[in-house]
Amino acid sequence: MSTVLDLLTIVFVSVGVFFFVAGTVGLLRFPDTLTRLHALTKADNLGLGLIVIGLLPRVDSPQDALKLILVWALVLVASSNSSQLIARKVRREES
Amino acid sequence: MTIPTIFGICASLLIGLGLYGIIIQTRVLRKLLAFNLVGTGVFLLFGVIGRRGAGGGLEGDPVVFGLVITGIVVAFSATALAVAILIRLHEETGDDSLVDEPPDEEGR
Amino acid sequence: MNTDLIFCMGLALLILGVAVFVVGSREPFPAVVGFVIFGLLVSIAWMCLSAPDVALTEAAIGGGVTGALLLVATARLGDSSKKGQKTKTPMGFHGLVILLCVAVSAGLIAVVLTFPEPAPTLALVALEPLESTGVKNPVTAVLLAYRALDTLLETVVVLLAMAGVWSLAKDSDWSKTPLFGYSPEPGGPLVLLAKVLIPVGVIFGIYMVWTGSDHPGGKFQGAAILAAMGILGLVAGVTSVPAVTNAKLRWLLVLGPAVFLVVGLMGFLSVGYFLAWPPGLSKAVIVLIEVALTPSLALMLGLLVAGPPRQLPTSNS
Repeated sequence: MSTVLDLLTIVFVSVGVFFFVAGTVGLLRFPDTLTRLHALTKADNLGLGLIVIGLLPRVDSPQDALKLILVWALVLVASSNSSQLIARKVRREES
Repeated sequence: MTIPTIFGICASLLIGLGLYGIIIQTRVLRKLLAFNLVGTGVFLLFGVIGRRGAGGGLEGDPVVFGLVITGIVVAFSATALAVAILIRLHEETGDDSLVDEPPDEEGR
Repeated sequence: MNTDLIFCMGLALLILGVAVFVVGSREPFPAVVGFVIFGLLVSIAWMCLSAPDVALTEAAIGGGVTGALLLVATARLGDSSKKGQKTKTPMGFHGLVILLCVAVSAGLIAVVLTFPEPAPTLALVALEPLESTGVKNPVTAVLLAYRALDTLLETVVVLLAMAGVWSLAKDSDWSKTPLFGYSPEPGGPLVLLAKVLIPVGVIFGIYMVWTGSDHPGGKFQGAAILAAMGILGLVAGVTSVPAVTNAKLRWLLVLGPAVFLVVGLMGFLSVGYFLAWPPGLSKAVIVLIEVALTPSLALMLGLLVAGPPRQLPTSNS
């Protein structure tokens, strides 16, 4: 059982890290603000979510699991809002 | 090489780097940023000393950590006051640097 | 080489790299963003040094609230950024400065490498009265039991800094409210964020204060989170601050330090000296002071970011 859980953790965290790396590459390589935002939010939110899923089997208590999920939810709320704000600013400057 | 030593060296370099910024930067906001780097370096150095003072089943010396928490809050208050003075200076004179002559007259 | 050591080395290099960016970047805005990142990385460093209380303070105040303060300042100073270009420093002077800074760093590194063994510590002395205070978090016990004088003076320093910031208001703006000099956009995405996040943040801030007596956390960290929620509300335009002449606001600001001082003076009656807690009641007194200090501190931290009272720029939209 524990091997299965370990394997689950390794797979999910690795895929999560892959998304982080992809998002970072996108942030550095993409040509303009909107595409960079796309790279950042999609990849980082998904990456963090996968890492949280990967870490869930390793927590000691349900409270810790809730805290991990709360962290993910708060990052989702914060990053989607900040991307909105940046994108609005870009649009206002373009028009 | 232990973990406290690593962060001790890191803190020492931060203090030097911040000092450089305080002297070289001309804009006050940048000087404030550099000043906060020095502050963080000093706090980290304190933290290293506190970590080495672990004893009695504690992971560090709580007296030092308490001092650092006090220090961080006081540093923030000082920065806030400095920023307020800077903004007022900017409103009064339209300038936010400590250079006497406007730099554009010297040419580049 | 174990993995902890490698992680800490990487973290230290990253911190130094971001610090170089903060000092070296040409524009002020990226430098401030770099500083916020710097604060978050340093708070991870505090976790590596086994100081979770300091890590929370650094993340909340060192990175978060200071970051908000500096971002507001950058926005207000923004227009002159083209003017304040780098002046040429004379070559010799520049070299001298580098020499000085290298010497300072080298001296400190030499000190770090030759720290005395065994390390001097007050941990045992600090642990001794921990039992009698009934507080399980040693850092909180230090801050409110035998170094209570520091904490009292610290809250007074924050109060004085705020009085200093307010005193910089123009005479004509005195009866106005402290704002960022920015009028919030109605119905923007920030309004949604404020409505979703503020309830969660307020609960979290109160939890942080409450849990501080037994676990990492405490009034400064909790107050910083509450202040951040207040700042978010102000920026989104869903909350407002009364004018600085408002008597209730002023009483709330001095409530925390005043309760602290009165309870400290009571020490003369019960035990015989200043800031002495009556035996058996230590924990109750400490919790009372924390609860009284939190709203005052949260208001002060938030108002320090908001700056002096100011006339809102008249918006035509």
